[in-house]
Amino acid sequence: MPRIGVFVCWCGSNIGGVLDCPAIAQEAASFPGVVFSTEYKYVCSDPGQKLIVDAIKEHRLERVVVASCSPRLHEETFRQVLRRSGLNPYFLEMANLREHCSWVHPDTPEQAQRKAVDLVRRAAAKAARLEPLFPGKIPVVRRCLVIGGGIAGIQTALDVADAGLEVLLVEREPTIGGNMVKLDKTFPTLDCSACISTPKMVAAAQHPNIKLYTYAQVEEITGYIGNFKARIRQKARFVDHAKCTGCGTCWTKCPVSVPDDFNLGLGERGAIHIPFPQAVPNKPVIDLAHCRRSTRGKCGACAKLCPAGAIDYEQKDEFIEAEVGAIVVATGYGLFPWEKVYGEYGYGRFPDVITGLMFERMVNASGPTSGKIQRPSSGKEPRTVVFIQCVGSRDEARGKEYCSRFCCMYTAKHAHQVLEKIPGSEVYVFYIDVRTFGKGYEEFYRRVQDEGAVYIRGRVSKVYQDGSKLIVKGADTLLGEQVEIAADMVVLATGAVPAAGAADVARMIGIPQDKDGFFQEAHPKLRPVETHTGGVFLAGTCQGPKDIPDTVSQASGAAAKVCGLLLKDELETNPLVSRVNEALCTGCLACQPVCPYRAIQPVTITERLPGQPPRERVVARVNEGLCQGCGACTVACRAGAIDLKGFTNKQLLAEVDALCL
Amino acid sequence: MKIGYYPGCSLQSSAKEYDRATRLVARHLGIQLHDINDWNCCGATAAHSMDHFLAAALPARNLIIAEEMGLDVTVPCAACYQRLRLAHRVLAENEETARDISQLIGRPYKGKVRIYSLIETIAGIGLEQLAAQVVRPLKELRVACYYGCLLVRPPGTGCDDPENPRLMDELLEAAKAETLDWGYKNECCGASLVFSERRLALHLIRNILRNAVDAGATSIACACPLCQSNLDTRQGQVNKEFGTSFAMPIFYFPQLLGLAMGLNPQDLGLGMHFVDPQRAIKAVSG
Amino acid sequence: MILLGGKSSTEPDFISAVARASGHATLLHCYQCGKCTAGCPLAFGMDHKPNQIIRLLQLGRIKQVLGSRAIWICAGCWTCTTRCPCGIDIAQVMDSLRVLARNEGETVQGKDVVSFNELFLQSVRRNGRVFEFGVFMGRNLRRRKPFLDADLGRFMLTRGKLRLTAERIKGTKEVRRLFSRQGAPVRNPKERTKE
Repeated sequence: MPRIGVFVCWCGSNIGGVLDCPAIAQEAASFPGVVFSTEYKYVCSDPGQKLIVDAIKEHRLERVVVASCSPRLHEETFRQVLRRSGLNPYFLEMANLREHCSWVHPDTPEQAQRKAVDLVRRAAAKAARLEPLFPGKIPVVRRCLVIGGGIAGIQTALDVADAGLEVLLVEREPTIGGNMVKLDKTFPTLDCSACISTPKMVAAAQHPNIKLYTYAQVEEITGYIGNFKARIRQKARFVDHAKCTGCGTCWTKCPVSVPDDFNLGLGERGAIHIPFPQAVPNKPVIDLAHCRRSTRGKCGACAKLCPAGAIDYEQKDEFIEAEVGAIVVATGYGLFPWEKVYGEYGYGRFPDVITGLMFERMVNASGPTSGKIQRPSSGKEPRTVVFIQCVGSRDEARGKEYCSRFCCMYTAKHAHQVLEKIPGSEVYVFYIDVRTFGKGYEEFYRRVQDEGAVYIRGRVSKVYQDGSKLIVKGADTLLGEQVEIAADMVVLATGAVPAAGAADVARMIGIPQDKDGFFQEAHPKLRPVETHTGGVFLAGTCQGPKDIPDTVSQASGAAAKVCGLLLKDELETNPLVSRVNEALCTGCLACQPVCPYRAIQPVTITERLPGQPPRERVVARVNEGLCQGCGACTVACRAGAIDLKGFTNKQLLAEVDALCL
Repeated sequence: MKIGYYPGCSLQSSAKEYDRATRLVARHLGIQLHDINDWNCCGATAAHSMDHFLAAALPARNLIIAEEMGLDVTVPCAACYQRLRLAHRVLAENEETARDISQLIGRPYKGKVRIYSLIETIAGIGLEQLAAQVVRPLKELRVACYYGCLLVRPPGTGCDDPENPRLMDELLEAAKAETLDWGYKNECCGASLVFSERRLALHLIRNILRNAVDAGATSIACACPLCQSNLDTRQGQVNKEFGTSFAMPIFYFPQLLGLAMGLNPQDLGLGMHFVDPQRAIKAVSG
Repeated sequence: MILLGGKSSTEPDFISAVARASGHATLLHCYQCGKCTAGCPLAFGMDHKPNQIIRLLQLGRIKQVLGSRAIWICAGCWTCTTRCPCGIDIAQVMDSLRVLARNEGETVQGKDVVSFNELFLQSVRRNGRVFEFGVFMGRNLRRRKPFLDADLGRFMLTRGKLRLTAERIKGTKEVRRLFSRQGAPVRNPKERTKE
């Protein structure tokens, strides 16, 4: 039996406040194989680690049990300690006395104590049967796929490309830029959103290491970390961008006029169009659903007028296959569909009730009104503007439970813009709480109040049309009085939701979404840009609502992760994966369909038994790059031929025996 | 179509014309109304603000009888409609209350009865069929359809969208009336508060009338005896209290439908209003 | 003044009774956005606005809640319930508070409402249906205002809209059994056995 050492951690008062750690250590000394046992306030600390290193040397320990917190927090820490001491790092076993014991049983310390001893006994029994494990090596494709060309995707792409790696940047809209480029000015500095984002868009398009695919969608992802295969659909634009010079003749002459989706219906555009004058690429696409040649069978004006002969009505979707080593998902956000649920705000029936993003387009100098704030109903300038915050956010009953984070600040900025552009105007903001978490945000909020914005603490109950006015019925909960405002325009601070199609992206890549549909990060605090799927990272609002500075930070963080992964020659694989004992495997392949990572494939092997001619048979084989070590296959295997390394049947049964016998 | 009919107490006295108009219009449209045998009061506001058991038990007896008759129920009164719907829900969700009630009454409720507002029942025959019966289009009528509270709230028991109900508008549009989109269609008239806190209730009534006038209405249609009574018979008190001069005729919606179908105005109870609707009616008859 | 900390006046039993009677356990979710008060047609006449009632309940100010006029002014229009972002059935909370106030004998603020409701339910108990004329006459007698709404009465009479005799249903026995439970509001009315 190997020589085992046990280290019981107090975790300050987290464990020590409920459990008697010295008593646990004392009892552990009597477990089979345990030759050394002690306790310490913080085993994870520097002196705590030294304690282990010294004990390994002094007591010639061969296996180590640490009874502390969840292995998700510190297993890697202690493995490094073993490695430094010359032991195989997988000779470590942890007992979780914190999450599994002291935190959940603070009211019954005596029973908790017994449970803690059992948990350590179990760990020691398993430790005695641990085997050395060695990570494998896999090659890496030094190319990164970025899905989504908003500010997050652009930033990630630029950072990765600047590090010398190839990037494929895929955007489903005809231009990159995302939501940010629709904004007018950004809080709290009031710098122009286009001025700071369009240079980045151009830089991304011109970067020698970035291949840009706009009007394109990723349709399939296969493979695993370091070795993914992506299938990209390049939607037909009906304009040959190789020939097109972006001269603009076609989109100024198109006879069709439809509501402009880029401007959220506030303006109009032709069927052949660019989304906005600074679009990247600055070349048009044809919206076939509205193209007169397609709907009525005759027109063809753009083809006749194009001096470059770039119009191609017969263009078909094309597919691109690419190998990439890492994927960054940066699909962004959409707006909460308030028209579907808020009847009390008119279900979208009142033209002068608009959303914050519509306000951005309206106040934008290159927007449909050339920057003039005006009532959509009459085109007249509003005198009284009411802002309603938390529309869709912080509403468990009909909206989303969460706070969308940026609405307080953009509403403050809108209030400022109304007061600045319309002298003598009145601005009212209904709020529940004003959340000014960022640098310079609180100061900006105070400034807007100084400029005359009246903040009223309370939610609006109803908005209705009364002649040409909108009547807003709210309450001032600080005064305990009802408030009624005859407004010319009402702006709703609609919350953020995952971009349309986020669920399809999640399914395609195999990453989970949280309860609200945002992509789930691997750890909310310590691994915010990683997913549970190796090689797949998150950037920006697809992971949760955030403002531009946070989005850009996370995007650069994702880029750093990508570089850390792709700049290696080879990848170490996690050795805690399944292994098929081919001698026992019958080739039934019951394991194959239960594997959530598509890691099991049949292979034909040639078997040579003494005294018999060689024969071929089929067995299951685990791709160690794909296997995530979930263990589902081991349960499905009827022959008992599959073992999960680090969790073998023998080890698990030893634990059960330690607990039950 | 055959359906159980629960008129409710008001339709026997203060809202007689609602009952008359409902029966006439239903007959004209081929809807056979069968009165729920020996029905009793739903308990109204008095029951639910005094005793939650009674609030479920009183309507439950009517549901039990309807079930025995093998009929679904249509209810013209908005308050009765809501009480019956809520009782149906309590009986389905609260076993103990359901058991106590069936013990006291001596018969069980199996929960088979479906409860409809009169608006739904009439809409159920189809707007085109309804339009086909129109002989006197209500062309000159600018009508504000008033739904009040209990037809549409709380969500889940209401018969239409709580914020922008449209069913009554659609019925009257089928009769070629001009309906109005107005802000107070689902605001409260004060209901039975008028009997104990009259001054407060008069405020609410004034607000509704004012909003309808501002929206350009020449009449209001409603589907609740208490709404009608508050808006109609209290107009004199409102005018006195606030120095206003409202003279807004308040119709029960089947009265207007009956008019459009060419039924006799007297039979529809159009002579029983506090605010004389003659001018509005004449405008229709041309 | 609301004093908190130390010996709090919170009575968790009472709060949970209100929550239970209202079919909801979410009173504590309220973050005082005020949407209920904003839409309440009668808030202008209330001493404590609807959001304040919920706040007082959260703080355990039971006496203040049961002694408030607001709970008797609520007309039960369900606007608050319909729009509450926390899913609190505020109208039902108001209903429960009225019932509890009656059980606790705290009805001074709502004596006209309670009196009217009692007359109404007595009428239902006696006849199975409500006898409108009787209830109104009863109300005017109790309030010693014989001519309250006399203008309306005259009008109703001339239009034949006021039935002068009660109509009694056959199943009054069944209806009375429903009133026989412990704690029923008009279980033992001072009524004559024959009218």
